Amino acid sequence: MTKELLKGNEAIAEAAVRAGVEAYFGYPITPQTELLEYMARRMPELKRAFLQAESEVAAINMVYGAAAAGARVMTSSSSPGVSLMMEGISYIVASEVPCVLVDVMRGGPGLGNIAPSQADYFQIVKGGGHGDYRLIVLAPATVQEAIDLTYQSFDIAERYRTMVVILADGNIGQMMEPAELPPMHAANGGHNGQRASWALTGAKGRPHNVITSIYLVPEVEEQFNQKLQAKFRKIAENEIRYAEYATEDAEWLVVGFGTSGRVAQTAVKQARAKGIKAGLLRPISLWPYPEKRLAELANNVRGILVVEMNAGQMLEDVRLAVSGRAPVKFYGRMGGTVPLPDEVLDEIIRLTKESNS
Amino acid sequence: MPKGRVVINEEACKGCALCVSACKQDVLALAESQINARGYHPIEYVDPRERCTGCGLCAVICPDAVITVYRQRRTPARANTVVTLS
Amino acid sequence: MTTPIIPVMEQLEDIVYSRPAALAECSTHYCPGCTHGVAHRLVAEVIDELGIAERTIGVAPVGCAVFAYNYFKVDFAEAAHGRAPAMATGIKRVHPDNVVFTYQGDGDLASIGMAEITHTAARGENITVIFINNAIYGMTGGQMAPTTLPGQRTSSSPLGRDVEVMGMPLKMAEMLAGLPGAAYVARRSLHSAKEINRAKKAIRTAFEAQLAGMGFSMVELLSSCPTNWGLSAFDSLKWIEEHMIPYYPLGDYKVAEGIEALSKN
Repeated sequence: MTKELLKGNEAIAEAAVRAGVEAYFGYPITPQTELLEYMARRMPELKRAFLQAESEVAAINMVYGAAAAGARVMTSSSSPGVSLMMEGISYIVASEVPCVLVDVMRGGPGLGNIAPSQADYFQIVKGGGHGDYRLIVLAPATVQEAIDLTYQSFDIAERYRTMVVILADGNIGQMMEPAELPPMHAANGGHNGQRASWALTGAKGRPHNVITSIYLVPEVEEQFNQKLQAKFRKIAENEIRYAEYATEDAEWLVVGFGTSGRVAQTAVKQARAKGIKAGLLRPISLWPYPEKRLAELANNVRGILVVEMNAGQMLEDVRLAVSGRAPVKFYGRMGGTVPLPDEVLDEIIRLTKESNS
Repeated sequence: MPKGRVVINEEACKGCALCVSACKQDVLALAESQINARGYHPIEYVDPRERCTGCGLCAVICPDAVITVYRQRRTPARANTVVTLS
Repeated sequence: MTTPIIPVMEQLEDIVYSRPAALAECSTHYCPGCTHGVAHRLVAEVIDELGIAERTIGVAPVGCAVFAYNYFKVDFAEAAHGRAPAMATGIKRVHPDNVVFTYQGDGDLASIGMAEITHTAARGENITVIFINNAIYGMTGGQMAPTTLPGQRTSSSPLGRDVEVMGMPLKMAEMLAGLPGAAYVARRSLHSAKEINRAKKAIRTAFEAQLAGMGFSMVELLSSCPTNWGLSAFDSLKWIEEHMIPYYPLGDYKVAEGIEALSKN
């Protein structure tokens, strides 16, 4: 395989195609629109389903339908559009149907702007829709990682019968990088080419299947919630992903995900060049969060700096995981601005001075 | 007039009595002395003079599909068929 | 029409009417006299007659019919409020050979789900919609619906629907019939045995249109809500006839070319 110069949004789309996605439903919104446009060309070429929905509300419910029918299915959007999908997301998780959402985050709140942001961490990682639910959230920092995570995401979604979110930002969606695409899988609905036994395919030779999320009796709803929580615990045991850089002897730990993790890695390299023993933990799965690894690292460092493109959202998960083992500082840029490596380096230096004084 | 009869699943009947109003032969009535497990007075088929024609109007209007309608054959038996109302 | 014989008590008797096989053997949660049950039965009868139970997928709404999936022996999904047409679209696009229908009430279809139903019809999505118009919100306890008649009292229009404030009720069959994607759109009523039989024919035509790949089909059914109208089951049917039909005239609003030939087969 050779590397090609690929644009993030299009690379994600092609990775999904190669993972065997059978149906795509979406709505244009910057900065993810190229993903929809790519699918508009590519899916009909392969005789797979593509539909531009009338809204994100409709798109997510089309996904819900196709997923209930046992198909490999996805949608993509950006922050305001994902807000509109929240109802459907809650239903999808509650109905235990697998699917994939790509969220290419942009500046907010409100209409905000179309520049890269990470301000929807709370929305995606902590909830957003109603009820006790979790999404498996994977945050790529490069185009290659976006391809790889998207490619795996359908298998993960089907393994647990739930939704996986690829949480990217405008940078990942818009940038071009050399990357390698995975081999093509047939669009056979996953599940080894067989429709899942629970899928809505027509009740031929079996009792009728029902996909629903209503349990009127509180005790029954509680039992269902317990089942969901047990599944989430299993996911938390098996699906933690993170990357580390120069953490072996680190005295100062930087934590950042996606684009800010990537910027932070440059700053950590610069700090090392200045003789500061800095290291980086870049969570890839934002839920489940690599809290155990972070706690281990926190035992051995003198201070932690969290870098995000928001007002401090993952910061709360870092503080929970660190639990006072080390001081935690925050550096964030908001509104669609991206922190520069020099800014992060200054913050690392400030952290070392404050902790030394 | 053809002869018929109806069988009412009294346990599933909610006693709405729409069938009573639909019946032109007056052979259905609310069984006010009976209460089914769901707490409804079911409808009962009372036809001492065998007036039921098996017209099926009661079954057509029944929201709970609890009425089965039978009609005597006018001609010798046909093979394995039932007649529907459509 | 031939169906498997059901054992009869006497040799010289035919079963003129029995519960359709596609209807589950359980009681519904609907109030006594509510014509939702009639609509369910008609859909089940059509599914049986067309022999499509093994390939039909239904989509239930939010509203009184939320548990419709318990009452049909076909695969079923329970959608979010108003989103059944979008969900049905997703199902139909990945299983074009299945028969897909939604069953929606007036709050679901004509209020919160207006965008989804309109665009589904506009796309000519090859699905069938059974639309229950009872001029009120049943499940939440009798509030004003987009189809509540002018002056009609509900718990959220206690002095009667004031059209100066709330506008006029929506005529969905007329509205959707105006869209090019609609192949068959009809309004029928469930207030008498005669109209119920006509409603069944329309439902059958709607499903046949889908089987023939002709596009979007919808049957709007004027239905009763004795509990929230505060009327007896019998008076509710009279109320449909006297109050609803004048505002919601019965008839075929869109019959695409080729539809009439379908029912003759």
